[in-house]
Order: sequence, then C-alpha cells, then structure tokens
Amino acid sequence: MKWFWYASPQTFYPLAGQFARWCGLAAVVLTLAGLYIGLFLAPTDAQQGEAYRIIFIHVPAAWMSMFIYVVMAFWAGLGFAFNTRLSGMMAAALAPTGALFTFIALWTGALWGRPTWGTYWVWGDARLMSELILLFLYFGFMALHASIEDPRRADRAAALLALVGVVNIPIIYYSVKWWNTLHQGASVSLTAAPKMAATMLTGMLVMALAFWMYSIAAAMLRVRGIIRERGA
Amino acid sequence: MVVWRELLVAMRRRSDVATALLFFVIVASLFPLGIGAEPNKLRAIAPGVIWVSALLSSMLSLNRLFAADHADGTLEQMVLGAAPLGVTAAAKALAHWLVSGFPMVAIAPLLALQYDLDAGLYGVLALSLLLGTPVLSLIGGIGAALTLGVRGGGVLLALLVLPLYVPVLVMGAGAVEMASAGLGGQGQLLILGAMLIVAAAFAPWATAAALRISSE
Repeated sequence: MKWFWYASPQTFYPLAGQFARWCGLAAVVLTLAGLYIGLFLAPTDAQQGEAYRIIFIHVPAAWMSMFIYVVMAFWAGLGFAFNTRLSGMMAAALAPTGALFTFIALWTGALWGRPTWGTYWVWGDARLMSELILLFLYFGFMALHASIEDPRRADRAAALLALVGVVNIPIIYYSVKWWNTLHQGASVSLTAAPKMAATMLTGMLVMALAFWMYSIAAAMLRVRGIIRERGA
Repeated sequence: MVVWRELLVAMRRRSDVATALLFFVIVASLFPLGIGAEPNKLRAIAPGVIWVSALLSSMLSLNRLFAADHADGTLEQMVLGAAPLGVTAAAKALAHWLVSGFPMVAIAPLLALQYDLDAGLYGVLALSLLLGTPVLSLIGGIGAALTLGVRGGGVLLALLVLPLYVPVLVMGAGAVEMASAGLGGQGQLLILGAMLIVAAAFAPWATAAALRISSE
C-alpha cells in the first residue's frame, strides 16, 4: 500500500469523491435502519418511558463529538510530523462536523434532561461541562483557522491548537469530575457487559455507524471543497 | 536575561501593569453591584469571583506578551537567535507572571477582606493564586503566540485561551471552597501544583512552536 500516494491533494481528490458518495449512501441507509430500530423495535424503558429514545441520537453524537476531535488532532500531529498539505485540510474539514455533533449532543441532552432530570441544564456535571468546553475548542479551532490569511500558516497554527486541546480535554474532564455529578454512569462500556436490552444496543450501534458514515462523507465533501478553493 | 529585559520594559510602561491590576479589582468589585450586598451570598461566591477576575485580567494582558517584540522585529531575532526559543518563551511567561500574576496574588487578600471572607482562608486563596496564575501565564503564552498578527486577535485570544483555563479555575476556586467547608484544600492545591509543573514543562515548547509558525 502506497500511503503517501494519497497524501497529495490531486490524487486524493477523486478518492474523496468516491468516499463521499458511498459513505453518504451508507449513512442514509444506516440512519433509516437505526431510527427504525430505535423508534419502533426497541422496548419502552421501565424507568424513563419513551423519553429515553433520544439516546439513539444523543449517545452516538456524543461519541462522535469526542472521537472527531481526536481524529482532528491525529491529522494535526501528522501534519506536523510529515508537513503534508492534506493533513491540515483534513483537520479543517473535520472541525465543523465535530462542532455539529457536539452541539447535537448538548441539545438532545438538554431535551432529554428536561423530562428525566427536570431541568434542561445542570452546571457541575463533568460530561456536560467537558462537552460544552469541547464545543468552545471546536469554535476556537475554526475561528483561528478562519482568521489567518495564509492557508498553510492557518493549518499549522490550528493544528498546534488542536494538539494543545487534545492534551487538555482529559484534564478538563477530570477537573470538573470531582463535583458531584448528576449524569448517569455510562451505560455502554468496553469492559463491562452492557446493562441494556439487546435491541437498544443494536439501535445505538447502528446509529453510531450511521454517524460515522455521515462524518466521513461530510468531511470528504468539505475537503474536496478546500482542495478546489486552494487550487491545489 | 530575557526576564530582566521584560521587567525593565514593563517598568518603563508602569501604567500597563497598573491597568491590569486595576481591571482585576474593578471586575471583582462589580459582582456585588450586580448580585446584591447580602454578606452570606457574597462570602459564598468570593473565591469564584476573585478567581474569574484573575483569569480575565491575566488574559487581557496576554496580547502584550509578544505584540511589541513582533512589531519591531525583536521577536524575529529571538526566533533566529542562538538561545533556545523554548527558554525564551518560558522567560517571557515568567516575566508576564511577575508583572500580572504576582500583583494579583498580593492584592487578593484585600479583595477577600471586602468580601468578608474568613481570615483563615486568605492563606489558601493566596496560595491557590500563587500556584494557579503562573499556569495562566504559561497557557496564555501559547494563545498569544498563535494569535500574533492575526486580525481580531484580542477576541480570538479569549476564545482560544479561556476554555483551556477551566481546570485552573475549577481547582483554584475549589481549593478555597473546600477549605471554607472545613475539608482542607490540600488536594486541589496539590493538583494545581501538578498542573504548574506540567504546564512549565510543556507550554514553553508549544509556545515556541507557535512563535515559529507566526513569524515565518
């Protein structure tokens, strides 16, 4: 596999188009399937009633919001290490999608919190706060990138910011965590057996996969736009 | 060397230093006007208010960190010069702290007095600021270096730096609150100390990288 072959924007451009098409298609199919499982097949929750069904959007969005930041930082680091043009473009293309998912996670969380916790918003919950700060970090990344004229310099400056941010996220998370937290413990973890019905888990995983596909498709479309804009 | 030079420059422009300190005091004095003069409430919010004011004041003086040197070309010489840029960045951050952070540590007990904070807490408050404000200067250095010569730099700097300040704020104000609850703030103070060590080790490095990007 010639990894660096696709590091050039020209050779990557058609590949990105293919990715965008097929992942976009997969995203539509998987979203429909995931929503069907989530809204019709999954049983009603014993404690939370029907209101819990928003987790089929909320949880995958929260996963994606954090994951995309890590991927962004990965591209940023790669750009620093190899000085490839495409890395910065990828990071810049991912940021708006990441911010979108962060916002969706916060918004759906608020909608879910109202009937369940009795409030839209709680200060002092570690995950809520770190998600909010994650949103600010995304905004900071995009604002810094947008305010520097020279695209190469913008890429490198924003990349540095992404790397600083990715080091900070765990610190932010743990610093807020010692506040007593209202958020329920994670329902899905890799180490313990899932505590929910199998259909619920399937629905959530299918939605997560759908969001993955959407993210890839959106980032690829955006990176094509960036490649064209810079005339590379 | 750089520290001495920075201090000298700062002393030549004494009003800048005074302005940052004055800003700290004014922000802290605005809160009672907005919230009301009820002593118990004020006592409860005092640590948070003083810390937020410190955050804002430290952030406002950040653009001075590199701007003047950037404008007259000194910074370019520093980047090209023989001295390691990381050390220069660390010295800059230290000087920034001596000019902006340390006066706040010194004046904080006076504000605490206004807020009628328990006298036993002055020590914790001063100590938390003593450990925390250098972290602000160190992290702020990265933001200041990144936004150098960028349009809309000031507001952008706030957007970049304030989210990164959150852990310091939580731990700093938390230390005082824990101490006021009679639980002792040692845990928070130790974490602040750890943050300071980590920031001192890595932030100058990142600042140097950012300076190279900005001055190429």
